[in-house]
Amino acid sequence: MKKEMICIVCPVGCHLEIDENLKVQNNKCKRGEVYAKKEILNPTRMLTSTVRINSKHQARVSVKTTDAIPKQSMFKIMEMLDDVALEVPVNLGDVVIKNVLDTGIDIVVTMSLKA
Amino acid sequence: MYDVVVIGGGAAGLAAIHSAYDPTLKLLLIEREKTLGGILKQCIHNGFGLHHYKEELTGPEYAERGILSVKDLSFETMLDTTVADVEKKSDIFHITIMNTELGEAVIQAKTVILSTGCYERTRGAIQLPGTRPKGIMPAGSAQRYLNIDGYLVGKKVFILGSGDIGLIMARRMRLEGAEVLGVAEIMPYSNGLTRNIVQCLHDFDIPLYLSHTITDIKGIETLEAITISEVDTHFQPIAGTEKTFEVDTLLLSVGLIPDIKMFDSLKFDVSSLTNGAIVDQRYQTSIPGLFACGNALHVHDLVDFVTEESEKAGRFAKDYVLKTKAEKRQLITIDPGDKVRYVLPQYLDITQNFDETVLSLRATESALRGTFNIHQGETLIHSKKARFVAPAEMERLVLKRSDLVSEAPLKVSFEVGT
Repeated sequence: MKKEMICIVCPVGCHLEIDENLKVQNNKCKRGEVYAKKEILNPTRMLTSTVRINSKHQARVSVKTTDAIPKQSMFKIMEMLDDVALEVPVNLGDVVIKNVLDTGIDIVVTMSLKA
Repeated sequence: MYDVVVIGGGAAGLAAIHSAYDPTLKLLLIEREKTLGGILKQCIHNGFGLHHYKEELTGPEYAERGILSVKDLSFETMLDTTVADVEKKSDIFHITIMNTELGEAVIQAKTVILSTGCYERTRGAIQLPGTRPKGIMPAGSAQRYLNIDGYLVGKKVFILGSGDIGLIMARRMRLEGAEVLGVAEIMPYSNGLTRNIVQCLHDFDIPLYLSHTITDIKGIETLEAITISEVDTHFQPIAGTEKTFEVDTLLLSVGLIPDIKMFDSLKFDVSSLTNGAIVDQRYQTSIPGLFACGNALHVHDLVDFVTEESEKAGRFAKDYVLKTKAEKRQLITIDPGDKVRYVLPQYLDITQNFDETVLSLRATESALRGTFNIHQGETLIHSKKARFVAPAEMERLVLKRSDLVSEAPLKVSFEVGT
């Protein structure tokens, strides 16, 4: 079965096709082939979200993964973030969850909030 | 009396005050909210800063860089302060402000920089048909409620407009547990980045309905359903193509407009193409000493260019206030020509010393390849080949003083092809 996808490596945006033998078609360059294979074998995404905080200015503070995490773990990590409640002060880069789902990737705060 | 007052403490205002800073000058930064950083604080996704900082940051991280850059500079900041009016009387700006400490007060300034950002078009601006229940709001408002205040505004969502804010919010609301039933775009192509189409829509199987618009809204108290229809090449709905979705929320991502209404008393010249001030290459408006930058001047797609532009505006404002003698301006116009929607700045002040200046512009059509041309009178004075040109992406041309051949007006055009 063939799978279609749009390559996002460069602005050309080739409409790629990849089959079950990982044969990539319609790519104008080698990078499209690498992209399509990664999207099939090990798709990853940066995840950004927010967690609770007791700041007087805002109810949530923004967080991110320090690197791209496996795409299929996005909702699992969102659930884990539901249980996080931080207290001010926080500083940009503070670790919220270390080594999330054993990926070696941390969840960190992306803004500083004073007490 | 302040030498420079910057109105708005987001990305533009922070960059402007940073470069306007001079130890001999008295500077003031006014911000409406309780903290600096502006709209970036609610843009929690990443993708910011690739040009300016050469790394990929989230919005809040980009904002924090800006705040840190001015931390050690001595200037005054008024937070939680609203500007109600600005007038210019005998060469001095009188700024009416309001906050809880001073009540209403008037402050004076020699120069003012407008960096007040932009606001979102609402349903009134696009004349959506149907009833007027609650549950219909601009995507950026929903983004603030969710990312700052912690409220998910709905559980079953439809989005009108495929601009990046709409796409980002489709993913964001889906990740937070809402069901996103689709995105409708009246144009036959998306206005968003391909990366956002892929990672915000395809990743979550959210359908994108191109050449579709909303033709009915149902619900008295709360939104109950919306109907979309396909449109023809004249954007008229085609009968028989209706699809109805039961939703409690409709987010609008249908355009941004420079937020400069509070400066109406100043009566500076405003462009009907950008909805922002008309400026020369120093970002000076038609009123001497009044500068504008960032999304308050024209809506940008990348904050990196807001920072770059605002740094220049701040520097020119500083030069203006430090100069000793009054100056005369001699302006030549820079007009959009064929296939160009707008060019900024709209004027070149040829009394000014400059080696080169950056022209920001948008094409009116997409092209894989093409050429931007600058003519002065009939003479072609500058050409630049470009790839992947799209109306949603701002283009930049560098105009050199040495390119000029006369004092005739300039015209910038785009030619599709090789």
